[in-house]
Amino acid sequence: MSALLSLSGVETHIGQYHILHGVDLDVPDGRTTMLLGRNGAGKTTTLRTIMGLWHASSGEIRLGGERIEALSVPDIARAGIGYVPETMAVFTDLTVRENLVLAAREGAMDETRLDWIFGFFPPLKKFWLSRAGTLSGGQKQMLSFARAFIEPRRLLLIDEPTKGLAPAIIGALIDCLKEVKRRGATILLVEQNFRVAQEVGDTVSVMDNGRVIHTGTMAELAADAGMQHRLLGLSLDTHR
Amino acid sequence: MMPLSGDPPRSKVLTVALIVIVTLLALTPFLFPGSKPLNVAAKICIFIALAASYDLLLGYTGVVSFAHTMFYGIGSYGVAIALYSLGARWDAIALGLVIALPLAALLALLIGLFSLRVQTIFFAMITLAVASAFAVLASQLSWLTGGEDGRSFRVPELLRPGTTFFNAFGIEVNGRTLSYYIVFVCCAALFLLLLRIVNSPFGRVLQAIRENPFRAEALGYRTVVHRTLANVIAAAVAAAVGALNAIWLRYTGPDTSLSFAIMLDILLIVVIGGMGTMYGAIVGATLFILAQNYLQALMGAVSTAAGEASIPILPQLLHPDRWLLWLGILFIASVYFFPSGIVGKLRGGPS
Amino acid sequence: MSATETDVGAALPKERADYLPLLLPLLLAVAAFPFIPSTSTWVTLTIAGLAMGMMIFVMASGLTLIFGLMDVLNFGHGAFIAIGAYVATLVLLPLAPWMQADSIWLNLAAIVPAVLLAIGVTGALGLAFERVVIAPVYGQHLKQILITMGGMIVAEQFLYVFFGPQQIPLPLPASLRGSFLIGEAAVEKYRVVCVLVGLAVFVSMLLILTRTKIGLLIRAGVENTEMVEALGYRVTRLFVGVFMAGSALAGLGGVMWGLYREQVTAAMGGELLVLVFIVVIIGGLGSITGCFIGALLVALATNYAGFLVPKLALITDIALMVAILLWRPRGLYPVTSR
Repeated sequence: MSALLSLSGVETHIGQYHILHGVDLDVPDGRTTMLLGRNGAGKTTTLRTIMGLWHASSGEIRLGGERIEALSVPDIARAGIGYVPETMAVFTDLTVRENLVLAAREGAMDETRLDWIFGFFPPLKKFWLSRAGTLSGGQKQMLSFARAFIEPRRLLLIDEPTKGLAPAIIGALIDCLKEVKRRGATILLVEQNFRVAQEVGDTVSVMDNGRVIHTGTMAELAADAGMQHRLLGLSLDTHR
Repeated sequence: MMPLSGDPPRSKVLTVALIVIVTLLALTPFLFPGSKPLNVAAKICIFIALAASYDLLLGYTGVVSFAHTMFYGIGSYGVAIALYSLGARWDAIALGLVIALPLAALLALLIGLFSLRVQTIFFAMITLAVASAFAVLASQLSWLTGGEDGRSFRVPELLRPGTTFFNAFGIEVNGRTLSYYIVFVCCAALFLLLLRIVNSPFGRVLQAIRENPFRAEALGYRTVVHRTLANVIAAAVAAAVGALNAIWLRYTGPDTSLSFAIMLDILLIVVIGGMGTMYGAIVGATLFILAQNYLQALMGAVSTAAGEASIPILPQLLHPDRWLLWLGILFIASVYFFPSGIVGKLRGGPS
Repeated sequence: MSATETDVGAALPKERADYLPLLLPLLLAVAAFPFIPSTSTWVTLTIAGLAMGMMIFVMASGLTLIFGLMDVLNFGHGAFIAIGAYVATLVLLPLAPWMQADSIWLNLAAIVPAVLLAIGVTGALGLAFERVVIAPVYGQHLKQILITMGGMIVAEQFLYVFFGPQQIPLPLPASLRGSFLIGEAAVEKYRVVCVLVGLAVFVSMLLILTRTKIGLLIRAGVENTEMVEALGYRVTRLFVGVFMAGSALAGLGGVMWGLYREQVTAAMGGELLVLVFIVVIIGGLGSITGCFIGALLVALATNYAGFLVPKLALITDIALMVAILLWRPRGLYPVTSR
């Protein structure tokens, strides 16, 4: 299985802080790769670096074999990457509809696709013309997801989507992810919630201190409690 | 190094330049007799102290304020009004200072508390608005301030040109000379005071705040308090310098103390001289005032010559009134290419 | 299928639309009414205030939009105001006979090209200014302030070089001179035109912002430029476009003001800049509606005060700014989170 996205030796400095110390990561095509690790391990930084929001000071990032680390953020997005940031970053002054109109870069929104999204996230249909700022946290996350899926993307970068959300909403997000996976998407997913990781992850990369310290399959990690404890430490989040 | 508060020039060229400047300023009445050189020298002293007080704000605290001339004006007008109303007495000067300095400090405090909670840009805009309102007020309250014409007044007898003390080396030492040395000594003292302040723990916190306000806040420093204090100190010094200016000129008016042109001059001096260096104020002020007085004459000559030679545009470009055009270009160039100013360049790149 | 429990999640209660600031100018006009001896004077003052407010709005709207979107404060904005006015004179002075003719068509034939030229030149200069002066210092507020200030000084000086230091008179076109009567109140024709132009600008801006994709991008960019880029839009081009539009608006405002005062001086840019800043602060950085309200408030207050308490008229704008900031520290409609 070839890697759609691969990072080698990526280092990132933010100001005087050296956050990523040489990250090597492969995201296989058509699979969901979990990016796990303690707080502060560098997971969000890795996603942001891939997206171009932070510049890699050295190393290579390849998407489908082409180097993208030197491209601008819009160009990286246009290369086919969809990004769901940790902060959700919905445009609160715009309506749900307007948020999605912006996300549908190629032109008009595909009706069938929209219906599919409404199927997973009914509130988006209900509040279609409401300002995104009036949505609850979970609904904003749904919108953030929807923005990434409104058009097919080669790669989805998703950062801690379930943080702070009610279990029912997490369920909706998981179902959506499973369906997206079924349609062959390639996903790089950062998650603290191990249950979510188990349900959707195919491969796993664990980070610590700005490096990837373990790469393997999800099945392997899920079966080995000792490894889980060792790699993910005390911040292991196994609640339902 | 004690007088310099442990903050030496750190560059041979700079040290030499500073020594030369200070020596020449100290000996101006004897080296360059005549009223024009003395006026230029006094102006240099005054702008050195004024620019240094602004550097405290801009260079060390990272605060852009356009209200600085307002405090300068308060000091100037305070003394002027006192001397005008009460007559040419020393206690009038004292009274003027006693009113003006606290007033400036208070105003700085209010502005600081009101606006320093907001970010740089907001603060800059507000200070601009407040300063222009103040200038308008000064020209409106003409019963107090003399309006557009300002206030002329007499200074105490000791300071008058008519009072001769003695003759040295063929130069008459009179009240004017005494005035000059008062200006010189006071400005020097204020400068050294500022140097002391920026090198104290307080000064270091200011710099930390300038670099990264969030971090400073996280480390426990109350940024608003420090910034406000810096604002107050800078305002008080500016007011003191304003008072000196009034005593020297024996006149105060909107154009000598409140005009936005002065604010721009200070800004140019600090930026071109070098922000956050203090010594930049000395180098910058000297170059600026000298150029303003002597270069303009040169420009005038070249401009007239170009006009007579019928070269297009050049006469207008080099007209002495267009002095500010070249300064402005130099200013922009400094911000881009020498962000640490002349002093920074002499010290070998951004420190 | 899932989400059955979640789909009944209600949205947070609809925010009560914030209408109070919109009423302020009205309240001010009404409040001033009892103090002004005659209704006709009140009408004249109010119209004068509205006209002045519209002009200031046109000048300030560009600045607030630029700041809201790009986080750039252009202290050189005043230069575009002055340049717009001066460029208009390049057309209007040679065409003075058309301006003085009694035919409105001839008048328009002079004014329209003048306005178009002014807008074109200031827009183009805005492009150059943004790319050359501002782009290198994105994100560095201190340097931005200094550099744009320097730009303003240099621009003003260049105006002196090319146009000379004296004021240039700019008489109103014949068809717009004079007033017509509403009851006993004399209402200047030109002022009415200004009000119409200002309203047209305001309404167009609102329509563009709410109905077009560009407007969507601008509104989204004001909130979160990074995310707009992450959605694949080249925000830099947007910035440049907005900057050009903002500068062109300043130029338009300059033309309007020049005709209002019937003279053009290089210093007008700097003088108006303070007023523009005050309006932008009052309105809230980044808000067009706030800017509109702020401009009306400032202009109305200045006119009423000029009549009632002339000595204080010149500081009414500051007093108003302080009052509003005490009520809403980030302006009437703070848009950005900055």
